[in-house]
Amino acid sequence: MADLATTFAGIRSSNPFWLASAPPTDKAYNVVRAFEAGWGGVVWKTLGEDPPIVNTCSRYGAVRYKGSPFAGFNNIELITDRPLDVNLAEIRQVKRDRPDRALVVSLMVPCVEQSWKQILTQVEDTGCDGVELNFGCPHGMSERNMGSAVGQVPEYVEMVTNWCKQHSRLPVIVKLTPNITNILAPAEAAKRGGADAVSLINTLQSITGVDLDLMAPEPVVDGKGTHGGYCGPAVKPVALHMVADIARGLPGLPISGIGGIGTWRDAAEFIALGAGTVQVCSAAMHYGFRIVSDMIDGLSNWMDVKGYRGIEDFRGRATANYVHWSDLNLNWKTIARIDPGLCIRCGLCYIACEDTSHQAIAALREDGRRRYEVIDAECVGCNLCLHVCPVDGCITMEPQPMSGPKITWNEHPNNPLRQVAAE
Amino acid sequence: MKDMGESASYLDRTRLASVFAEAHPPLDHHPALVEASRCYFCYDAPCVEACPTAINIPQFIRQIASGNLRGSAHTILAENILGGSCARVCPTEVLCQQACVRNAEEGRPIEIGALQRHATDWLMHHEPTPFTRAPTTGRRVAVVGAGPAGLACAHRLALHGHDAVIFDAKPKPGGLNEYGIAAYKLVDDFAQREVDFILSVGGVTIEHEKSLGSDFDLASLRRTFDAVFLGLGLAGVRALDALGETFAGVRDAVDFIAELRQAGPDAPPTIGRRVVVIGGGNTAIDAATQSRLLGAEEVTIVYRRGPEHMSATGKEQRWAQVNGVVIRHWATPTRLLGSPAVTGVEFERTRADDAGRLTVTGERFVIEADTVLKAIGQTFVPDPLRMPDGVALVVEEGRIRVDADRLTSIAGVYAGGDCVAGEDLTVRAVQDGKLAAEAIHRYLAG
Repeated sequence: MADLATTFAGIRSSNPFWLASAPPTDKAYNVVRAFEAGWGGVVWKTLGEDPPIVNTCSRYGAVRYKGSPFAGFNNIELITDRPLDVNLAEIRQVKRDRPDRALVVSLMVPCVEQSWKQILTQVEDTGCDGVELNFGCPHGMSERNMGSAVGQVPEYVEMVTNWCKQHSRLPVIVKLTPNITNILAPAEAAKRGGADAVSLINTLQSITGVDLDLMAPEPVVDGKGTHGGYCGPAVKPVALHMVADIARGLPGLPISGIGGIGTWRDAAEFIALGAGTVQVCSAAMHYGFRIVSDMIDGLSNWMDVKGYRGIEDFRGRATANYVHWSDLNLNWKTIARIDPGLCIRCGLCYIACEDTSHQAIAALREDGRRRYEVIDAECVGCNLCLHVCPVDGCITMEPQPMSGPKITWNEHPNNPLRQVAAE
Repeated sequence: MKDMGESASYLDRTRLASVFAEAHPPLDHHPALVEASRCYFCYDAPCVEACPTAINIPQFIRQIASGNLRGSAHTILAENILGGSCARVCPTEVLCQQACVRNAEEGRPIEIGALQRHATDWLMHHEPTPFTRAPTTGRRVAVVGAGPAGLACAHRLALHGHDAVIFDAKPKPGGLNEYGIAAYKLVDDFAQREVDFILSVGGVTIEHEKSLGSDFDLASLRRTFDAVFLGLGLAGVRALDALGETFAGVRDAVDFIAELRQAGPDAPPTIGRRVVVIGGGNTAIDAATQSRLLGAEEVTIVYRRGPEHMSATGKEQRWAQVNGVVIRHWATPTRLLGSPAVTGVEFERTRADDAGRLTVTGERFVIEADTVLKAIGQTFVPDPLRMPDGVALVVEEGRIRVDADRLTSIAGVYAGGDCVAGEDLTVRAVQDGKLAAEAIHRYLAG
């Protein structure tokens, strides 16, 4: 039986599954329910200075895909709208009642040292395990020069992180915004500022849709809309990339992975790319806290099958295989194979290849029956047919003998800037 | 006061209403979206090939999924103007849905018929016909028969700017949709509403209760019109070679269904307590199931071969069985019992010999019955087509001979539907009418 316990930036939790700072962690009632459901930790919804902010009605937009709700999710909700002392009292009580669970508190105050110093003192007094600096919220708060307005300026990230390390003994996790060209810049700044860890991604600036009757962006508030923060399954690829960039670029900096995680498999992918814990919000908002039971069970079972005894046994294992394009082997060759026994004759592989790729699939009729067959000489092994095929395992990419030894773009004769071995 | 032996009189109004209620209610909006999203939007889709009218099925389903119901209905109706009734009566389990690639994948095809109904219902409820006629050509075409073939032909001719005059023997248009299909398949007067929808495009008039052969003849049509389309039904009903067909309580299943359809829930036809239906097609299924719903206690379909040989699909057979109909296979009627009223039917067991030929075994049994419905098939009666000038319309194997354009042996005379060879399906009749109209259009232009 695999051991899922983690120690992340000095914070211990019984499993790597934390709830992200968001509506599900806004108050004790929810957090207690989350702990009862089995979550290893929570990041309490972001606290700010009094008077509390005011939220709008409505707050959420969602992207449906082919009848499925929640392919992507977006919110225009701000940080907690409850008074600071109410939150602090509840945090203190919850931590006292459940000392075995990780309880990290998210913070966002103006870029004034005294503001950070003051709230850190109050938060530290609750007995919580750490703080997470919200430099990610891309809507509303950013218009007030907080949230992603800080996260988009590495100098600010470093400065505030530095203040927090000076004024608190708690582990400091810096939550990064993905609304930036190169995630390494703020991550390096956080590290320079003394951050114990980074967490990412926060949400992406987004409009989930347009109400074509009201002619307004969704979600609509009294006929108007604003951009919100995008999350849910659709953002997972963005998050994986940014986590991987930091794991590769800043080895040793602990990462809490966030973005579209809903299953143990999602979590395993983040951990394989270097994350030490993962944080979940959208999936819990979709299905409730109970999703964690299969995340725990599924990860544990998979680890047993793979022979991993603990999270550290596989954490970061995929990082070394995350390389730059110019390090890929240009002589690697695969060809698509269509299993006629599994093929349901939908023709999607054919029309995708014929219209948009390499005309490498033949549409045949044998006694009136459709047969789709790869034309080996034309197939470039691009995987498109594999991805459009609705049947698992019907199309596979078969490795072919390589036409020569491994050669990368760095070494390729067509590359005018190729590296040539010294004579 | 009805005869005590006729059990419909025992049904209260609620139960009676259910006799005429729809067997398969329509999909609501959300289930339709979910079902539409299951469609893979196949390229060179097998379902299209399996549809006799070649509706672009992946396209209309994608249009449902995208919320373009207007476009979806147009896609359907452009190929099949009777797409509404075909969505209800087509044996999709042996047509489009049998070809669906989802069968190979998970044994559950897309509910194409239900989706087709969703789109066409929406259009018929919300919008006028999406079609407009070409400028009028002044050419006039006679269409004989206001069934699916004739209506489809007339509509397509009207779109091309020709005027069509439909002659129909019955008081109401619609053909078998009005007179020959179980009530629970086409509720709420759908057949008439669909006819109104088709005719709303303009250019088509119907002459009711005008029969070929008695009120007019083919020769006069050829003289008066620029072209003729024959969309005749099957007027003949096969007889049983069993003694006693004249006993009271013995009747043709098609007549029973026609009476039921015209009577409606306020004055349903009476039915016996023990009903025997002889035959293996959809008429037998419809008549037997309707008998059960009307209150008959025991309804037995007897068919001379096995379930796989019945022209009613497996789904239709199961539908009858679910409604309490017993289906007995491998028996043929040898004698009707009773006098003056029928009291039963004697059957002889049959089997197929090694060559597949039907033989009798000599073993006999009797099923008691006060009602016997004959559903052993209908025949085309060509007599009304006789022409005085000696020109003969060629009839082969009991049906009018036509070529791929549905042209008969006489120039300018086309035919389609049940009076020509092919499967007796509404959708096939529509395709005949459509193809004939296109051929007539070319003929008139030539």
